[in-house]
Amino acid sequence: MDFNYSPQEEAFRREVRDWLAENMRELPVWWGRPDVPAPEIDSDEYRDFTFWWHRKLYDAGFVGIAWPKDYGGRGATLTEQAIFNEELARHRAPGPANAIGIGWAGPTIIAAGTEEQKKRFLPKILSAEEIWAQAFSEPEAGSDLAGIQTRAVEDGDDFVVNGQKWPTGAAERGDWAILLVRTDPNAPRHRGISYLLLDMHAPGVTVRPFKWMDGDSSNCEVFLDNVRIPKKMLVGQKNLGFYIAMSTLEFERSQLGATVGRENTISDLIKIMKRTERDGRPLSQDEVLRQELAQHWIETKVMKYMGLRMLTSQLKGEATGPKANLGFVMAGESIQRLQDFAMRILGPYGQLSRGSRHAIDNGRWLRSYLSSRGVPTIGGGPVEIKRNIIAMRVLGLPRSY
Amino acid sequence: MNFSLDEEQVMLKTSARNFLEKECPKRLVRDMAESKQGYSPDLWKKMAELGWMGLVFPEEYGGVGSTFLDLAVLLEEMGRALLPGPFVPTVVLVGRPILAAGTQPQKRRFIPGIADGSLMATLAFLEPSAWLGASGINVRATASGKDFVINGTKLFVPDTHVADYILCVTRTGDRAGKEDGISLFLVDARTKGVRVEVLKTLTGEKLCEVEFSNVAVPRSNMLGDLDQGWPIVQRILDEAAVAECAWMTGGAQWVLETTVNYAKERMAFGQPIGAFQAVAHRCANMAIEVEGAISITQYAAWAISENDPEASVTASAAKAWCSEMYKHVAGDGIQVHGAVGFTADHDLNLYFKRAKTSEIAFGDGRHHRERVAAYITSEGIS
Repeated sequence: MDFNYSPQEEAFRREVRDWLAENMRELPVWWGRPDVPAPEIDSDEYRDFTFWWHRKLYDAGFVGIAWPKDYGGRGATLTEQAIFNEELARHRAPGPANAIGIGWAGPTIIAAGTEEQKKRFLPKILSAEEIWAQAFSEPEAGSDLAGIQTRAVEDGDDFVVNGQKWPTGAAERGDWAILLVRTDPNAPRHRGISYLLLDMHAPGVTVRPFKWMDGDSSNCEVFLDNVRIPKKMLVGQKNLGFYIAMSTLEFERSQLGATVGRENTISDLIKIMKRTERDGRPLSQDEVLRQELAQHWIETKVMKYMGLRMLTSQLKGEATGPKANLGFVMAGESIQRLQDFAMRILGPYGQLSRGSRHAIDNGRWLRSYLSSRGVPTIGGGPVEIKRNIIAMRVLGLPRSY
Repeated sequence: MNFSLDEEQVMLKTSARNFLEKECPKRLVRDMAESKQGYSPDLWKKMAELGWMGLVFPEEYGGVGSTFLDLAVLLEEMGRALLPGPFVPTVVLVGRPILAAGTQPQKRRFIPGIADGSLMATLAFLEPSAWLGASGINVRATASGKDFVINGTKLFVPDTHVADYILCVTRTGDRAGKEDGISLFLVDARTKGVRVEVLKTLTGEKLCEVEFSNVAVPRSNMLGDLDQGWPIVQRILDEAAVAECAWMTGGAQWVLETTVNYAKERMAFGQPIGAFQAVAHRCANMAIEVEGAISITQYAAWAISENDPEASVTASAAKAWCSEMYKHVAGDGIQVHGAVGFTADHDLNLYFKRAKTSEIAFGDGRHHRERVAAYITSEGIS
């Protein structure tokens, strides 16, 4: 057991720190300053900002850290990716753009794509010249993904696709999407699905954005009406796309970045608790609240070390896909409790939203309280499905559905 | 970065598991709970021969020279087996502080005996107030010529009835700061004026009331400096908390495995109960808590081995987590088993009971959360 990093990894950490110290000075004045008005997250100005910052990260070699060099990555290890995520969070710096492209489409193409697909797509994923969306689930097939109904029929060199996808993250500004379609309606449902790469600008693709309840993040409904997708955009074998979508991609599973994010949240809350007096005494001295505060810190530590154990397994080449759900479930539910705790610390001020007089941190806590009900416990598979996977694949219990 | 046990630790774990499965069956655990002694001298001797008592002591004192983390690996297996007897009191509560704070002569006098299994010892810390802070220490030691004389009552002292020595935490000075004025003495348990009464407990663990009436102890048996003993006590509490966490983690893994196996085999409504999500998800929750416990406990043990500056608060984080975890897991284990899990015959109840005593030992979740709160709000650690 050794919690120290190698000299090479420490050098990398210094490189990241130095780079951030140098380059974060160029960030717009509103970054990390809730008291300064910032552009809306779906505005062009915000988009330009994210691409500008992404380009800087990319030029510095911090995008695709654990990707192979042949495909434009840094060719470093998952440890370095984890270190980068940790430092980024610790410095409260913005991350790279194109999350689905880098985290999902790219690794899938690397694992299962053709050489032509790799050459065509990977470089522009890393540079964020092409933004990727994920079009898997449908209005009638979410957790039960094998129930998708969007049809693809072969016609010459193309698939002709009809159907509807929802919710489709990043679709509004997406250039490409990873797409699951049914190619054999007569086969058992898991064995009739194919994995395609969809040009979002192709004729017949209609994108209709909608908002989540936190008001910040937008998402889309995508209609596919006789969309022609060339057969060379098929990933892996026809009819085996479901297994490609479910296969465990080697992305970094330690969640170290998220853990540091939680540490930041807790330290911000402590500051608020110290300066907020109720009945002549700061909240930081309230015995009940102190218990809860401590519990959040403890959970953060527990998750940190669960994450490092997971990272160690990954580095040893062990299968961590199912096991990673132990940490994901805990983190997802824990962040909801933490955000709820924050709202109770704020009391009546918690309900004041962005731009309101008296709003604390310009409504930041309200937004994160709302958004904690989405991605943490629903996105990427709800915690119920994750518990099923733990039960079946980690504990070896019989299938329950 | 490598958060996994090394080859030797895995070997230690495997051999301890095999040894304890053979030598410490549940029959023995139950017999010892009923017995007067509370431990098996035969098993104690075999453990000493394996070098377990000497594991964390340097070779020059007859030990093996391993780390606290290695000890935690062993303790996990002991907790899984519910090993009865004064191993933790002797090694962790007394041997470790002698090694850390003792004089050369004290180390030479006590540690070889601990390491070879011929000397058993315990820590007399809590008093009727049951408060873990320095203000809870009111048993007096008064200087008298070359000796000190101890008076007062200690409570919840483990295994005193078989101990050769009692490390007694006493008050020797009265100052505003309660942590100033604490001194520790190694008291020969046969000294005149020591009265021991074994209490009846939940698990059959031998916790004692120990009364000191004008008990004379030579100055040379003082551990550390006069009045300056509290940091030694705090260190004992940190190590004891992590030792208890390792113990709990081992027990919880037994409960999880036993429960999952039962859920695979027990049929109801025509299918194994583990195929019902209400049961499957309960098992998944147990697995999440156990994985968290393994992670934070191993890290906390490593932090102690490495003298990490955050070792103390990490020990509290681990103890708070594991105290709740073991109770939940043991309770869920009974729930999944249904009525059979509630029977006295089923071994689950031994773990459920142990979960409660482990929660109480060396500070419960509330106590340790408050220590964490004090640390993170920078108002001084309590």
